Amino acid sequence: MEIKKEQNGENLKISLIGRLDAVTATNLDKVVQNDLTGIKDLVMDFKELVYVASAGLRVLLMAQKKMNKQGSMKIINVSDDVKDVFDMTGFLDFLNIEE
Amino acid sequence: MDLQGYKEITVDATVKNLTVVNDFVEELLAGTDCSVKTKLKIDLVVEEIFVNIANYAYEASGGKAVVQGCIEENPCRIILRFMDTGIPYDPLQKDPPDLTLPPDKREIGGLGIFLIKENVDELSYHYKDGKNILTITKKI
Repeated sequence: MEIKKEQNGENLKISLIGRLDAVTATNLDKVVQNDLTGIKDLVMDFKELVYVASAGLRVLLMAQKKMNKQGSMKIINVSDDVKDVFDMTGFLDFLNIEE
Repeated sequence: MDLQGYKEITVDATVKNLTVVNDFVEELLAGTDCSVKTKLKIDLVVEEIFVNIANYAYEASGGKAVVQGCIEENPCRIILRFMDTGIPYDPLQKDPPDLTLPPDKREIGGLGIFLIKENVDELSYHYKDGKNILTITKKI
């Protein structure tokens, strides 16, 4: 999976390309741990994300918890397959997904 | 359940070997009409089972995971069997996670098992000859 970051002041956009699985989730985990300091507005672009498993959900949950304290987070361009996993696990209830 | 004409791989039970297991399953599915959607669901099940073994079956010394698989016709379905010689663990006995909790109360433990159950047609667990044996079937 490739991670692209575009920061503009307090705004950060993270684009994920590929598969958010147990192997690649550690890379996103590092970004969530290290790069959210001072960020108020986080956008995650999932246009080219084709797959998510529970290891990825864990990192998304951490990002959401962190942004709940310091600003807001939204996810854009979610594919049907990824949305299915959010739906099954109840993540649709608290993730802010822009249609 | 007997697996007829199955293929098998043995790998070190480490998370990074997930890609090796994914490739093994992809080869099994190569001759079928499996849709992308179904393939992603199979990948999800395979990942959650394998990563669980990699993370929890063995103590620090590590160990092996064996994956057997075959494709059955009429109806077309994939059968996969995961085996390890680690700590006896029946994932079917795990309580389902509470999917209604807000994010601050959420824990991720248990979601993997839940995703497995949601995405297979059959799931069985046995402990035999010192092995955890988890078998899944899914229609293609």
